[in-house]
Amino acid sequence: MTLNWKQVGQYGFIMGIAVWYVSLVGMVETFDSRGIIDGTMLTLGRALLLTIGLGMGYVTAWKVAKGNWATGLITSLISGIIGGVMAALLVIIIDTTNIRAMFVNASPALVEILTFDQESLAVGLMMLAGSLIACSVAGGVIALLPHLIRRAVISGLLAVLLMGMLGELLTVVLNRFDLTEALADFLYGRNGLSVIGAISVFIFFAAVSTLWATQKEKMQSGVENLPATQRRALSWGLIVVSVLFLILLPQAVGPYISQILVLVGLYAMMGLGLNIEIGLAGLLDLGFVGFFAIGAYTVALMTTTGELGVSGTAIADYSNFWVAIPIAVAVSAFAGVFLGIPVLRMRGDYLAIVTLGFAEIIRILVLSDFLRPILGGAQGVLNIPKPAVAYVNQIANQLPFYFQSVLFFFVSTDGRIKDPAHFYYIILIGCTLIGFVAYRLQYARIGRNWMAIREDEDVAEAMGINLIASKLLAFGIGAAFAGLSGAIFAAQVGSVFPHSFGLIVSINVVSLVIIGGSGSIPGVIVGSLVLVGLPELLREFAEYRLLIYGALLIVMMLVRPEGLWPSDTVRREMQSDEDVEPVPVGQTVPRSV
Amino acid sequence: MASILSARGVTKRFGGLVAVDHVNVEIEEKSIHAVIGPNGAGKTTFFNCITGFYPINEGKVIFRGEPLVDIPPDQITRRGISRTYQNIRLFANMTAIENILVGQEPHLKSPWFGAVLGLPATRKEEEAAHEEARRIIRFVGLQGRGDILAKHMAYGDQRRLEIARALASKPKLLLLDEPTAGMNPNETASLTHFIRQIRDELGVTIILIEHDMRLVMDISELITVLDYGQKIAEGTPVEIQRNTKVIEAYLGRGATNPTAEDDKAEQPELPAT
Repeated sequence: MTLNWKQVGQYGFIMGIAVWYVSLVGMVETFDSRGIIDGTMLTLGRALLLTIGLGMGYVTAWKVAKGNWATGLITSLISGIIGGVMAALLVIIIDTTNIRAMFVNASPALVEILTFDQESLAVGLMMLAGSLIACSVAGGVIALLPHLIRRAVISGLLAVLLMGMLGELLTVVLNRFDLTEALADFLYGRNGLSVIGAISVFIFFAAVSTLWATQKEKMQSGVENLPATQRRALSWGLIVVSVLFLILLPQAVGPYISQILVLVGLYAMMGLGLNIEIGLAGLLDLGFVGFFAIGAYTVALMTTTGELGVSGTAIADYSNFWVAIPIAVAVSAFAGVFLGIPVLRMRGDYLAIVTLGFAEIIRILVLSDFLRPILGGAQGVLNIPKPAVAYVNQIANQLPFYFQSVLFFFVSTDGRIKDPAHFYYIILIGCTLIGFVAYRLQYARIGRNWMAIREDEDVAEAMGINLIASKLLAFGIGAAFAGLSGAIFAAQVGSVFPHSFGLIVSINVVSLVIIGGSGSIPGVIVGSLVLVGLPELLREFAEYRLLIYGALLIVMMLVRPEGLWPSDTVRREMQSDEDVEPVPVGQTVPRSV
Repeated sequence: MASILSARGVTKRFGGLVAVDHVNVEIEEKSIHAVIGPNGAGKTTFFNCITGFYPINEGKVIFRGEPLVDIPPDQITRRGISRTYQNIRLFANMTAIENILVGQEPHLKSPWFGAVLGLPATRKEEEAAHEEARRIIRFVGLQGRGDILAKHMAYGDQRRLEIARALASKPKLLLLDEPTAGMNPNETASLTHFIRQIRDELGVTIILIEHDMRLVMDISELITVLDYGQKIAEGTPVEIQRNTKVIEAYLGRGATNPTAEDDKAEQPELPAT
């Protein structure tokens, strides 16, 4: 058969363009500050380039050779040569001409990174092109490996990349305890993983992946064959372990990561709400931040000790936050229903635009001079006290000494929560509650009706489903979840400003629902960890955050449209289309068989 | 016999086009009544008028003694009319069981917070609904396929599932819009049997739009013929086969000679003009 050489050329060309792009926008240079493996030349900047090589080689071999070893190696080699030569060309251009006037990032430092710090340009160029070619071929080889080994290799590589990238943070965490300090010393060097560490990480995760892939079914059937009582004990055990894990997590990882987890939790709560609207009922809501803002402002106005507060008149000081929370949730839910009424007849894109407008209206109203006396305008609402537990001292007096110290670890003697990181617990409770409600709704009659509306609105109505009630309920519950998130946010930050509620928050939430897996509760959690947690861990690359975000969205939609953790049904449906291994070329089955 | 549904002067216009033009039809209880006619005769529009998909411009539909005026589709379903679609419209990304559970909606009452709180009444109702869904799956002959996504089912199974979903609402009147479209002769024969079984065992009145004349003549007690939105004939299969207006509608003027008439029953569909 004839190979599609044009396609091979295209992939090589894409590789080259990608290398040019990430170099010229400055990503390579910025990322170079983080090392992946200490003592080698492998920094995150170079890893980015090599990953492009690996990825495109993989794609070339996969798409063109369709499983044939010889053609796979040749095609990935050729596309690697094209990409490598283009990369080398970039270095020559930077070195010989002055393109820095246009491309600020085409600096000598970039050349140094690209040429692997070599004195002689020729050697450097050889190394650059050579490494890209090698990576492309390696990518091709990975693509051609049997499924199980491929999986193991990819898991190992990803683990090395991630653990190297997050090295600084993980060392801090591991150094918190004597027990794990030795592990940190073993795994990490000064900048990134040590060589031995990297090898161990690779082997460990490759092994885990293989074990998981081969033993998963056996374990599942093993669990299913257990007597009912033991199975129940097992699942309770799992619940207890995970609850303990979640409770102890902030102690283990320290205040910085706890803060990030707080943010992840806030987004997860919003995501669970939006998941009901988008994932289940199919109502594309781009103005979700509006409900978050309503929840936040409700709590802010009710509890602030500043001049805008309404609290002076009414509610007892200590119970303030706890009284304000249900009211904030109710107000948000009402806003959701209120928004829902005019848009009931709208579908898809129209609905998206209306909701987009709704969120902007909320933001601009809050910013307006008209409402400044009530909402504080651009200055926002300040002095929101931390939530307090009433009667702390009375409770503490009843407790034995040990529990007293536990109690006062979290709250001060006047009952206020001490450390912002301790909001983690409030958010953990909020997430659990919301997750539970979302789960119960999804697998109940109303969840089915929402899905039916998503699938075919007219038929759903003809089945006897009340569209108005079902849609308003979806809006109301989704908004209530976002309101709870906003309420906790207001108390956690201690002040609210209109600019915290921009369009970008809505976009973030929509993205995390879709990347996590639309209609899937664990997907929302995974989505917020990846899209909210990871960027916070990699703060120094913040200027490229949206760029990476966009690229990730595109790649995900092309490669894995069902999301990182798809819902059961979606997973079932995608698998049947996907698990068709390509027929090896030249080994077509004779027709007579 | 008592009439379960009567359409009186039902008219539906789309702009200048009169899709259904003063149609009068009486459907007898527990009968199988076919609506036939050339393509574009207004058969499906007539169905949509009955089920509340389209508001009627003139006339009225009376179902079990009560007029169906300005009643939304979901309420009409709750009163006991249920339908299938010409092009299959299952909830594609839901399983067969889930499709049938949605079909039971008119009989489910538990509120959403019942599910959140795990109230015993809600739980009991859900269990009963699942039990009923499995019973319906067996009745339509799809046992063992309940957990397959609707879109992954075989074509004939999808048609059956659509009928199962319609039956789940325990209708008094079932509207089938071309149930055998795209089926091979074997599947058609088994579906014919199945339609009769629905009427005989469940006592459901059936209105049927169908192009397969063998099936129509085989199972219907009465046939209404529409052409250009107007009712041009009504009668038993034998009467319809002899009706010159019907033959003209299908085959065009000049086709009404004795030799063409015998072939009529075998002619599925021909252009109206």
